[in-house]
Amino acid sequence: MGEWWTTVPIESSLGNFDISSISHATMSPSKQNNLLSMYSSLSLSKSSYSVISAFCTEDNIPQCISYINQELASLGLSSTCIEASSPGAAGLNPVPALNATYELLQIHRRTMCSLEELEREQLKKSSTLEHVQMNNSRLKDQLELSIREKSGLHEMERQLQLKIKTLQSCLKTEKDEVQKLQNIIASRASQYSHDAKRKERETAKLKERLSQLLVDRKDKKLAIDVLNCLGRSDGKRSHWKTAKAAASHEGEMYKSLLSDYEASQRSLMLENAELKKVLQQMKKEMIHVLSPRQPSIRGATADDSQEQADSDLEDRAGDSSRGSLDKSCEHAREQLTNSIRQQWRKLRNHMERLDSQASQVQNQLESNKDVISRETHEDEMERMRREVQQCKEFIDAQQQLLQQLNTSFDDETAALLNDCYTLEEKERLKEEWRLFEEQKRNFERERTNFTEAAIRLGREKKAFEEDRASWLKNQFLNMTPFTDRRRCSSSDGQSALSIRSEPEMRMSSSKVQLPKSSTYTSFSTPKPAPSATVPSTTELYRTLRLIPDPSSTRHSSHGRWHESSTIEDGESQVKAKSRLRCGDLSIFSLGEDENSLT
Amino acid sequence: MNFSEVFKQSNQLCKVSPDGKYLATCVQYRLVVRDVSTLQILQLYTCLDQISHMDWSSDSLFILCAMYKRGLVQVWSLEQPDWHCKIDEGSIGLVSSRWSPDGRHILNTTEFHLRVTVWSLCTKAVSYIKYPKACSKGIDFSRDGCYMALAERRDCKDYVSVFVCDDWHLLRHFETETQDLAGLEWSPNGCVLAVWDSCLEYKVLLYSLDGRLLSTYSAYEWSLGVKSVTWSPSSQFLAIGSYDEKVRILNHITWKKITQFEHPSTINNTKAVVYKEVERRPVVSDDLSLHNITVGTTLFNTQSKYEICPLPVQIPVVKPDPDRANPKIGISSLAFSADGRYLATKNDNMASVAWVWDMQKMNLVAVLEHTSAVKCFQWDPKHPRLALCTGNAKLYLWSPAGCVSVQVPAEGGFQVQSLSWHCTGDSLILLGKEQLCLCYMETEQEDK
Repeated sequence: MGEWWTTVPIESSLGNFDISSISHATMSPSKQNNLLSMYSSLSLSKSSYSVISAFCTEDNIPQCISYINQELASLGLSSTCIEASSPGAAGLNPVPALNATYELLQIHRRTMCSLEELEREQLKKSSTLEHVQMNNSRLKDQLELSIREKSGLHEMERQLQLKIKTLQSCLKTEKDEVQKLQNIIASRASQYSHDAKRKERETAKLKERLSQLLVDRKDKKLAIDVLNCLGRSDGKRSHWKTAKAAASHEGEMYKSLLSDYEASQRSLMLENAELKKVLQQMKKEMIHVLSPRQPSIRGATADDSQEQADSDLEDRAGDSSRGSLDKSCEHAREQLTNSIRQQWRKLRNHMERLDSQASQVQNQLESNKDVISRETHEDEMERMRREVQQCKEFIDAQQQLLQQLNTSFDDETAALLNDCYTLEEKERLKEEWRLFEEQKRNFERERTNFTEAAIRLGREKKAFEEDRASWLKNQFLNMTPFTDRRRCSSSDGQSALSIRSEPEMRMSSSKVQLPKSSTYTSFSTPKPAPSATVPSTTELYRTLRLIPDPSSTRHSSHGRWHESSTIEDGESQVKAKSRLRCGDLSIFSLGEDENSLT
Repeated sequence: MNFSEVFKQSNQLCKVSPDGKYLATCVQYRLVVRDVSTLQILQLYTCLDQISHMDWSSDSLFILCAMYKRGLVQVWSLEQPDWHCKIDEGSIGLVSSRWSPDGRHILNTTEFHLRVTVWSLCTKAVSYIKYPKACSKGIDFSRDGCYMALAERRDCKDYVSVFVCDDWHLLRHFETETQDLAGLEWSPNGCVLAVWDSCLEYKVLLYSLDGRLLSTYSAYEWSLGVKSVTWSPSSQFLAIGSYDEKVRILNHITWKKITQFEHPSTINNTKAVVYKEVERRPVVSDDLSLHNITVGTTLFNTQSKYEICPLPVQIPVVKPDPDRANPKIGISSLAFSADGRYLATKNDNMASVAWVWDMQKMNLVAVLEHTSAVKCFQWDPKHPRLALCTGNAKLYLWSPAGCVSVQVPAEGGFQVQSLSWHCTGDSLILLGKEQLCLCYMETEQEDK
């Protein structure tokens, strides 16, 4: 803005525009602000005024000042009042103007800050709003759902209610039906019983009539025909039916009844007596049980009333026993039962006390034990563990013994077991044998490989020897004393050296090529050696191995050959061929040894 | 165990005399009396018609033969074969005839239960007892033969008359509190009379000899009630079998229930032993030779034996038809062993099973399941031994020691329909449809 202000005086010629635009701008401060900022930027980039931006011109400085003052006052910055430096001049008093600008800047910053804050707030608010809205919509959905559910449930309830109503009505009708049926049944039953009675009466009447008729007819057939009358089974004569007889019958009946009752009473008495005896015995035993404990109880509790009760009890017991013995009247019985009851109570109390004591003692013991145990416990545990271990061992030993016993006893099983063992052994042996066989086969293969290689080598050697011999022969034959060939002989030692070194090279190459089983021809093609060297005779001989080498390796090599042969003998004789080529082999081996030595 | 040869009989009329010496059998209209030990015919009597009922007098001197169709009763004397007696009930008819306990009177019940006629063989005198009730067990004599209780129906009410058998003096006459009296039975000591109502109501009444009501017992209401009642030999217990498949035991002091024995279809009572009859057809193997065929019937007879079943055991139950009268359910037979130690029962909807209960421990001892329905069972009068038959050729015996089934080695398809012990318990009379056979127990074996 400052820049704007600074630019104003520079290009003020353009803007002679009125305040209307300004006033227009003031009407919407935000717009003005925007415009201002916009134009500030514009002014910066272009440094050219647009029409509206001409707020202050040289003509309207005082108006501008007053306007700005007004504005400032309205903003509450009345203290600073921009004044023209000199009335009528186009200068400003810089201090208040700067203050005002500063104030404005402050205000602006503050507002910006607050704006930012507000924006942030607003962002927050909007996000929360969004959240809330989402929530709201969700809840609305839920609400809708639940409303729907509710309506469904309502519907169901309504249906159920309807059903209940129908069922209730059904029940009512059923109940009515049942009631009706019951009534019917009752009426039928009464009717039936009534009818039955009527029928029965009728039948009774009919029977009566029938018997009457039968009696009236004086049925002749109704008769007894006995040859002669029999005597009574008891041998007595029959009696007249008299009142006396009837009375005697009554008497007899009562007699029999009485006897029966007497018998039953007797049995009951007996039972009673038995029970009483049992009761007495029980009481006696109770007393017996109670009495020896009394001193201890007394000692323990020192209860006077207890003592008294005990003595009382004993007295009463004696009393009742006497009473029950001589008379079984009600009083005695009552006494007896009372005493028994009391005693029983006593005994029960006693037992309870004993129980409690016992439990106390036990508790004490337990607590004691707890105190003691810490050290003894471990020992005990250790001991027990040892015991368990011993027992286990013992059991094991016993089991073993048992098994042994079993096996020794049971020959069949023993045989079977033996069989099993031998079988197993056999199996194992077979396995071993198989392994052994395999090893042997491997070995054999190796040996054949070896012998084959040896044979090949021998053959190669032989070919080589032949080659050399032919070559030497050629050389020898070519050794004619021609002058032009003397030059060649000057380098004699060299050639001899080369010759000597040749087998080395060859051997090494053969050595390399041996496992490859390279063809002899490719290998042994001797160099044409255009520069035919003429070796000395000794050298020749040496190369031909006619003269022993000064280095005495032959012995050892020979020994080795022997050794190998013995090894060969020890092993299974494989091929006679290889045997036959032993000589070649020996040559080869010698050469080899020599090589190895050199 | 030995079996006699087979004799003919008709109507299953075959009885051993009370003294155990004679065996009377009826064959059509003939009465044959044999010596039990030798089985030789001692006497042969010829009646006027086919005999429908036969009975020994208590002194084993006379035999009564009733011909219900003709309304005739003929009495024969064993001592005097010439002596004869014929009682004609005439046009009034006859449905039942029995000896009085003294063996000198015959009680005939006429048709329609119009009356009971008492004929004296001593004096030829005849007396009538009117209004006897037509029920299953309307007459009972006390064990000592002194008194007779008779159920009567007058004026649509039940009465019981107690007569002195000596001179037919009416000792007591009292009304019973029953709707429809079905039966009565004296206790073995003759002092208590048990009276029970018809099956429509569960009601058992106990009367003293002098007509006092001692007690009334009713286990439940609104259901079919009592089916069978039996006194224990000591008069100590009264066993009541009912349609609810239970037996209730009343005591003789308070006449209250001591216990009840249920007859469940699944037995898992570990104290009980379940014996199941297992039938085995004889294996017709390669030795089916001419010999076996000629041996005949035994080849085709099924072998069977009892096997002890591991618990729990499911017993076959036949559901009764609810629309039919007298449904086949409930305890129809009850029998105490002679020493009163055991009680044998039969539940009608488990007809193939007999149950044995211990009366001392009051629990189930044994369950005998058979391949067919139990027809009849009876206790040995001397030993705790139960004999059963199921209408096939086998005799089944139970004792506390075990259970055995015996093939009756009679030819011609002898099927045991009923059996009765000789009073000594040494032999059994097995009754087939038309035949009879005696089975002798081995006493030595028992001693072992």
